[in-house]
Amino acid sequence: MKFLGRRIAFYVFTAWAAVTLNFFIPRLLPGDPVQSLINKYQGRLSTDSIKSLYVLFGLDKQTTVWQDYLTYWGNLFHGDFGISFTFFPTPVAEVVAQSLPWTLMLVGISTVLGFILGTLAGVGLGWRRGTWADGLLPVANFFSAIPYFWLGLIAIAVFAVAIPVFPASGGYDGGLTPSFSLEFIGSAIYHAALPAITIVLSSVAGWILGMRNMMVTVSSEDYVTVAQAKGLPERRVMFGYAARNAILPSLSGFALSLGFIVGGTLVTEMVFSYPGIGFVLFQAIGSKDYPLMQGVFLIITLSVLVANMVADFAYAFLDPRTRQEA
Amino acid sequence: MSIQVDPVSIDPALVIDSDVQLTKKHRRATLGIMRNRKAVVGLIILGFFVVLAIIGPWIAPYDPSKVTPDSLLPPSPEHWLGTTGTGQDVLSQLIVGTQGVMVVGLVAGILATAISIVIGVVSGFIGGIGDEVLSLISNVFLVIPALPLIIIISGLLPSAGGLTIALVIAVTGWAWGSRVLRAQTLSLRKRDFVEAARANGEPLWRIVFFEIMPNLTAIIASGFIGTVIFAVLSEVTLAFIGVTSISTWNWGTVLFWAQSSQALVQGAWWWFVPAGLCIAAVGTSLTLINFGIDEFVNPRLRNTAASAGILRKKKIRARIGFTPIYRGETATPVRRAATVTRKDPA
Repeated sequence: MKFLGRRIAFYVFTAWAAVTLNFFIPRLLPGDPVQSLINKYQGRLSTDSIKSLYVLFGLDKQTTVWQDYLTYWGNLFHGDFGISFTFFPTPVAEVVAQSLPWTLMLVGISTVLGFILGTLAGVGLGWRRGTWADGLLPVANFFSAIPYFWLGLIAIAVFAVAIPVFPASGGYDGGLTPSFSLEFIGSAIYHAALPAITIVLSSVAGWILGMRNMMVTVSSEDYVTVAQAKGLPERRVMFGYAARNAILPSLSGFALSLGFIVGGTLVTEMVFSYPGIGFVLFQAIGSKDYPLMQGVFLIITLSVLVANMVADFAYAFLDPRTRQEA
Repeated sequence: MSIQVDPVSIDPALVIDSDVQLTKKHRRATLGIMRNRKAVVGLIILGFFVVLAIIGPWIAPYDPSKVTPDSLLPPSPEHWLGTTGTGQDVLSQLIVGTQGVMVVGLVAGILATAISIVIGVVSGFIGGIGDEVLSLISNVFLVIPALPLIIIISGLLPSAGGLTIALVIAVTGWAWGSRVLRAQTLSLRKRDFVEAARANGEPLWRIVFFEIMPNLTAIIASGFIGTVIFAVLSEVTLAFIGVTSISTWNWGTVLFWAQSSQALVQGAWWWFVPAGLCIAAVGTSLTLINFGIDEFVNPRLRNTAASAGILRKKKIRARIGFTPIYRGETATPVRRAATVTRKDPA
């Protein structure tokens, strides 16, 4: 229980740090959102509307940073992230709430799928090292070095343009309205297939390589030799003795690379114009929509924190040593 | 992220082994890395791109930004990689763009490695409350997703050029290296040679730089390479989504224009395929070098890979650990060899 308490305290602290970073970054950096909006409209804004923009962003008041900071927290607890320019006058919270489920489904399923497939393949490759299977390593290596978005571009070029079997963009058929009907869900799955395959393909290589190296290291341990000497079936030695111990670093790696994978999937969404949070971020960047960018960053960070916490607890559950250490 | 030296996989015993090599036979140790085939292939590919980055602006056949009427030409002897929608030469864009990618990768890698050494080694060495605070900071940076953070920082900067991006990447990407270094320093600081140095009255900086650091060389190198990969990927991604300046050329900018000019729909594969292959080639070369370092630090990985090959030539298949199983004349599948004789008389 002490371990859990410590971890929860850590995540609360990290969440606080992320929110605080989010508050201070725009204040520390040069540049001013209103100024950039004025530039964007190139003199078409009247003095009055510029003034009202300053009011809108809370930049007119002569308040101290500390007061701003407290107001900021107050707003966050009310779910108030400000108002988006891109989707003016929709609040940021609403834009994020609409796009988040899409991302959670796409990223959640494809990340877990990638992890499971990669780990299984890594177990196999690590076990059969020194055979033809080692020939797959350079391939995995190459795939792990490819940026997600480029693989997405290739996937679109091949499977949506050259051989049009999958749609190139969007999250569902334009003629449908989001609902829980069978037709809509089918269309959503159909549209998600290509981005999901892209994410699985680009993330799987990393898991294969990590797991394979751990398998090589673990399978020279004495307990594996003993298990083999006892005459246990090979499958049992492979999964019950070697893989079981080799998977632990992979699991903790899962928690840590989550942030990296989420970053990659955001860009994948941008490539596929998938209606998730990554695409919203893309639109926000394009129109210099600071409130939306920050809202998206905060939501992504908090989601990654939650996922990390789950992975952490799973790890503690699987590996009793972590519980004792704390 | 897939290319790190895992703290778990570095056995303390192996580190003792490598510090003997590093201090006594430093020359031979470096040659050892050169003998690793993976590392050599990686270094050759990387060397090619480094040379390209240096001489690129002089050898590019055309001005990469020059707009000509020859739009969307497929590869031909005049334009080896075809032209873009505005008639620019794709090959020239890639050659000129190499510099931007390499410089950002290198600068970000050096800066991030420097930060991670300072934070990691100091926190591992001093221990106590200072260690708690420093590890907390690096863990926070480890958990916060880096790319979105880089995006909001560079999106807010009025003009984000190459070096600014390198700085942002370094500030957000040092945490992994520092964590690995801290773990290793922690295991080193109670070793006899450190205690001896302390007893001799060596000053703290000397202990850190001359006793501890040489034993961290491999980890620092692999952390550096990992960060360079991360920096290259991040920079290209940022350029692709249009966060950074699109007026200077790098491989991401090429892809940005390809995507925004509908190159995909027009089937102009020569516009977006080569840039991605370049990124993948640089990434692969760095990963290969890292594998070389990994196998150098962890002899288990090296031995099993090498000895499996040698054994196979002798018709022996290495199966579990280092136990070779002789594959007799009767070529029975090895997986059954052990069980059949012991359990199954039939």
